[in-house]
Amino acid sequence: MEKRARFKSAWLPYALVAPQILVTLLFFFWPAAQALYQSVLLQDAFGASSQFVWFDNFKDLFNDPNYLESFKTTAMFSVMVAFFGLSLSLILAVFADRIVRGASVYKTFLIWPYAVSPVVVGVLWMFLMNPTLGVIAHALRGIGIEWNNLLNGRHAMILIVMAAIWKQISYNFLFFLAGLQAIPKSLIEAAAIDGAGPVRRFFTIVFPLLSPTTFFLLVINIVYAFFDTFAIIEATTHGGPGKETEILVYKVFQDGFRGGDLGSAAAQSVVLMAIVIALTVVQFKYVEKKVQYS
Amino acid sequence: MIERRPILDFISHLVLILGVAIVAFPVYVAFVASTQTPEQAAMAPISLVPGDQFFRNYAAVIISGASGNAAVPPVARMMWISLASALIIAIGKIAISMLSAFAIVYFRFAGRSFFFWMIFVTLMLPVEVRITPTYQVVSDFGMLNSYAGLTIPLIASATATFLFRQFFLTVPDELAEAARIDGAGPMRFFKDVLWPLSRTNIIALFVIMFIYGWNQYLWPLLVATEQDMYPIGIGIKTMITGGDAAIEWNMVMATLILAMLPPGLVVVVMQKWFVKGLVDSEK
Repeated sequence: MEKRARFKSAWLPYALVAPQILVTLLFFFWPAAQALYQSVLLQDAFGASSQFVWFDNFKDLFNDPNYLESFKTTAMFSVMVAFFGLSLSLILAVFADRIVRGASVYKTFLIWPYAVSPVVVGVLWMFLMNPTLGVIAHALRGIGIEWNNLLNGRHAMILIVMAAIWKQISYNFLFFLAGLQAIPKSLIEAAAIDGAGPVRRFFTIVFPLLSPTTFFLLVINIVYAFFDTFAIIEATTHGGPGKETEILVYKVFQDGFRGGDLGSAAAQSVVLMAIVIALTVVQFKYVEKKVQYS
Repeated sequence: MIERRPILDFISHLVLILGVAIVAFPVYVAFVASTQTPEQAAMAPISLVPGDQFFRNYAAVIISGASGNAAVPPVARMMWISLASALIIAIGKIAISMLSAFAIVYFRFAGRSFFFWMIFVTLMLPVEVRITPTYQVVSDFGMLNSYAGLTIPLIASATATFLFRQFFLTVPDELAEAARIDGAGPMRFFKDVLWPLSRTNIIALFVIMFIYGWNQYLWPLLVATEQDMYPIGIGIKTMITGGDAAIEWNMVMATLILAMLPPGLVVVVMQKWFVKGLVDSEK
C-alpha cells in the first residue's frame, strides 16, 4: 500500500530516520558484524594477537560434546515450556471463555505475571523450591519425594520449566482467549443443536479453528524459551547442577563474558542468529497467511 | 452461552480459581516472607501467616538497603534507576520509531526501502546473541554505568516502527492533502494530525515498552558494574548471591514485592491498553 499524498523535502526524511538508523548501526549492525568477524578468528586470552582460522571455531563447537549437550538441553527446555505452558493456558482460556460472571476478575489476576521480571520470577520459584527452605520442596518431602534441585539435574530442569511457564501463562492466556472469542458462535451453536457435547465440540470445532493462534504461540514460546529465559536461569540454577540446565544463551554468556573465549562465543552467537532468523522467517510466513484469510 | 450446564459452570470456576491460585501463590509466599523477621523467613518450612514486621522491613530496604553481607544500594535508589531507564527506553522507542515511520510512509526518498529493511533486520539480532561486541561498543564510548549506556542500545525498535507504519497507512490520504493545501508543512501535519490520531497506539505501546524496559536484566548486568547504577533486578540478584545462610530472605522478598509493584500496577490499571499493545505488537 502506498500513499498518494506525500510531502517533499530533500533533507527532512533523512533527519527523521537518522536517530533510529544511527542506533541500529552502532548497537546492532556493528556488533553483529564483529561477532561474524570474531567467529572466524582465533584470539589469545588477552586479545593481543589473533589469527584467521576460517571455520575452525564452528568445527570445534560442533565437535564439543558440551555444546551439543547444551543444544539438547535447550531443545528439551523449550519443548517442555511450549507444550506445558500452552496446554495450561489453553485450559484456562477455554474455561474463561465459557463463563459469563466474574470473567474479567479472573482475567486481571491471570495477566498479572506478565509484568513480573524474569529475575524476580526466578527468585520467587527458587524460594519456593529451595531444598532446605522451600514450602513446596517441604510439601514434596511430605509425600515422599526427596526434592533437591541443587543436586538432581532433572529437578533443576523441572524448576526452570515451571518458572518459565509461570511467567508466560498470561501471554498465552490472552492470545488463546482472543482466539476463542473470534470463533463464530453460530458454528458452535449448530454443533450443539446437532447434539455434540462440549468436549466433542472442543476437539472437532474449537481446537482446529484455533490452530493459527496455537501455531503462532508455539513459535513465540520457542523464541521465549530460547532467548528470554537467561535471567530465570541466572537466578535459579546457574546452568547447574553440572551443566544440566545450561541453555545456549546462558552458555554464550558464560563462555564469552565470564570465560573470555571470544572466538567460541562469537561462533555460538552466529549459530543463535541463524536460529532467530529461521524462527522469524517462520513467524512472518504465518503472519502473511493470517492477513490473507482475515 | 450455548446451553445451561450448572456442573460445567462449577468446574469452570474451579479450574479458574486453581489457575489464579497457581499464579498468586508464589507472590503470596513472597509477601508473607517480607513481613516476617529474618529468623521466621529462614524457617523450614516458612509459616504461611503474615508476620508483624511489614513496616520495619519495607522501611529498612527502601531507605538503607538490606544490611548483611550483600552490599546493595537502598531500594529507593535502585527503583529510581529502573524507573528512569524504563521511561527513557519507552519514550525513546516511541519517539524514534514514530519519526522513522513518518519518514517512510510520507516521503519518497532514495534509500527508503533500504532503511526500512535495516530497521526490520534488528528483529533478528536480540541482545543475547551479540553480547560481547555490543558491550565493547558501549565501553569504547565510555557509556558504562550511565543512563545512556543502560538505555540507548535498547532503544531501536522494529516492532514499534512497523506498528506506526501500519497505522499511518490507514490514515486517510485526504488529511495529508488538506494539510498541504492549507499550507501546513510536514512537521505541522505530524504534530497536529498524526500525533493526536495515534494517541491510543502510543499509550498501548508505552505500556508494553515500559514493562520491557523495567524488566531488562542481561543488559544492565553488563553495563551497570558500579552499585550506584544498579537497577532493581541486579540488586536482587546481588542480594541472593551470599550463600544460603547469609541471605536475609525477609529483606529479599520485600525488595521483590517492591520491584513487582510499578510494572504490575501499570498492567492492572492500564489493562485495556496493555492488551491492545500486546496484540498489536505481534501483528
